[in-house]
Amino acid sequence: MAASFDLKNDGVVVIIGSGAGGGTLGNELAQKGIDVVILEAGARHEYEDFINDEWDSFAQLAWKDKRTTSGDWRVAKDFPNLPAWIVKSVGGSTTHWAGASLRFQEHEFKTASTYGKLEGANLLDWPITLAEMEPYYAKAEAKMGVTGTNDWPRLPGNNNFKVLKAGADKLGYKECHTGNMAINSVERDDRNSCQQTGFCFQGCKWGAKWSTLYTEIPKGEATGHLEVRPNAMAIKINHDASGKVTGVVYADKDGKLQEQKARIVAVAGNSIESPRLLLNSQSAKFPHGLANSSGQVGKNYMRHTTGSVYAIFDKPVHMYRGTTMAGIIRDEARHDPSRGFVGGYEFETLSLGLPFMAAFLNPGGWGRSFTTALDHYDHMAGLWIVGEDMPREENRIMLHADEKDEHGMPIADVHFDDHPNDTAMRNHAYKQASALYDAVGATRTFPTPPYPSTHNLGTNRMSGKAEHGVVNKHGQTHDIKNLFVSDGSQFTTGAAENPTLTIVSLAIRQADYIAAQMSAKTI
Amino acid sequence: MVTIYDGKPGLSRRELLKRGSIGALLVISGSAVISPEQAWGLETSALKPETMATLIQMARDIYPHDQVPDKYYAIAVKGHHETAAKDPAHKELIEKGIAELDKKAGKGGYRGLGWEEQRVALLTEIEKAPFFQAVRGGLVVSLYNQKEVWPIFGYEGESYSKGGYIARGFSDIEWL
Repeated sequence: MAASFDLKNDGVVVIIGSGAGGGTLGNELAQKGIDVVILEAGARHEYEDFINDEWDSFAQLAWKDKRTTSGDWRVAKDFPNLPAWIVKSVGGSTTHWAGASLRFQEHEFKTASTYGKLEGANLLDWPITLAEMEPYYAKAEAKMGVTGTNDWPRLPGNNNFKVLKAGADKLGYKECHTGNMAINSVERDDRNSCQQTGFCFQGCKWGAKWSTLYTEIPKGEATGHLEVRPNAMAIKINHDASGKVTGVVYADKDGKLQEQKARIVAVAGNSIESPRLLLNSQSAKFPHGLANSSGQVGKNYMRHTTGSVYAIFDKPVHMYRGTTMAGIIRDEARHDPSRGFVGGYEFETLSLGLPFMAAFLNPGGWGRSFTTALDHYDHMAGLWIVGEDMPREENRIMLHADEKDEHGMPIADVHFDDHPNDTAMRNHAYKQASALYDAVGATRTFPTPPYPSTHNLGTNRMSGKAEHGVVNKHGQTHDIKNLFVSDGSQFTTGAAENPTLTIVSLAIRQADYIAAQMSAKTI
Repeated sequence: MVTIYDGKPGLSRRELLKRGSIGALLVISGSAVISPEQAWGLETSALKPETMATLIQMARDIYPHDQVPDKYYAIAVKGHHETAAKDPAHKELIEKGIAELDKKAGKGGYRGLGWEEQRVALLTEIEKAPFFQAVRGGLVVSLYNQKEVWPIFGYEGESYSKGGYIARGFSDIEWL
């Protein structure tokens, strides 16, 4: 049965956010008998409540609170108040994610030493290696039911995949399959297998795709050690005179401010909200925000070098049928500077329904060049580019100078400029993807600009030395022993792979560390 | 209040001449825009019916899909009428925007220009203006989010209630 903890209970671990990082950490700690309160800003919608309709689902799940943007990315012009497409709901963005679960490559933990000095890039090696991560990756894959691991079969390929595969074969790509997906290809974990419904981004109504909402969270609740408090928007983390954190102030469902006392606080609100909360927790003792002695909180914001390529054929495809992202080409994920950039990228199948295709194919576009593309919607195939982008200090989350939200908290301002390496990589990927579709007989291809960011990373980064980042190799802040970061904002660099598997692996690892430190009474 | 209603198809030729036609398709009658061929009408009061008729044409010129009937463009722009009824500033934005478009078009107004290219040339001149952006921005959702137009584009919409596509063609491509 789900626990219910008193606001004054200062023995609990308070986790802010219930997504891949927070939801996983909460369950892992609860399984060890540690009492946990998860504060979740959004409401609780169970999977049968999800909606197979793009705009209606967006209204139900998306984080729509106003943010501002600047920089040379097109999102700042086309969606100035929607820099990210992430979720405000129990389960966080694991309700919305597509399920792609890839381990990072060895060199991606060592980018500064592998790529060398790159002007305008704030590269740094992770303080952990692939070898240290491997046992946790294995635990995460087992937990999430990742296809292509643990003898679980890969998903069958849909129409969009078949077009991708045909093109990959023509171009001579070797590693193309339906991916490593945290989507049940067989019934397991008391959940359905994939019914090829599409609408993966709108929440899986079968519960076949792993989400903390219906895996980690109910399992944690069943221990009696976990309480998930929805509609609880964290505003500020309090600390005592010694600098240890003591509790979290949040606005409850009625907008009333409450404080939940805590022994340990773990921040997992995604890479925009997590630094926003740390910065907003500034005090006389910490005038630049919590855990910010390095000045790195909010900096090095990464969003992956993304983009899409859609192609029209003279015969039907119906790309929207079936699992949205079960299709990958990994050949370009290698680090090979002869291509004109460092790092690499993945190609993954992607489709949007007609309403979102109209909104995102060429935002602001109109006239026949635009509409004749949509006229052939059912003859379209599509893919997404996911590549490593360069961390830059100037790319950052800040508190807005004057605009505040309904609780009086400054809204987040997001600045992003592409690094020349990002642009070179994207252009390479556009060219390769167009060639791929041309090889299958495409009559027209569309290099489509990046959408509002789904992979938000790096704004509280992990570093070996305290002056280079915000947290250590366990996600513990360098400055405050009982304050942790548990989401993708810990990423030192972004790698080419979708981030969720690594976030979950880090959370499992962090839970072991927190439990050990609690037993040792060091925190 | 804006009502889109389906009526009996085909007004008589006499009736049509009496009411005065807009291009070949739309008829303005009192406070309504009527499509005699397609049997629907759009009743307006906050915006002039002529303005609504021009908005419908403008919507088609912005997002031209020859296989999509006017009715869906009318539904897509009717929100401007509803907003105008509540917000005088919006009413002025639309009425003034249309009036300026008609002025630019010269005698016969915007709807009097026979070729899409001629009308698009005028729209291109104003594409940065708030009026154009308000009309275009709204259309992205109000046109393409109509479930009734999805089948015209071959988009099947909701699939959960039908058991997904696992037995309904998720991998039925045959031409590769």
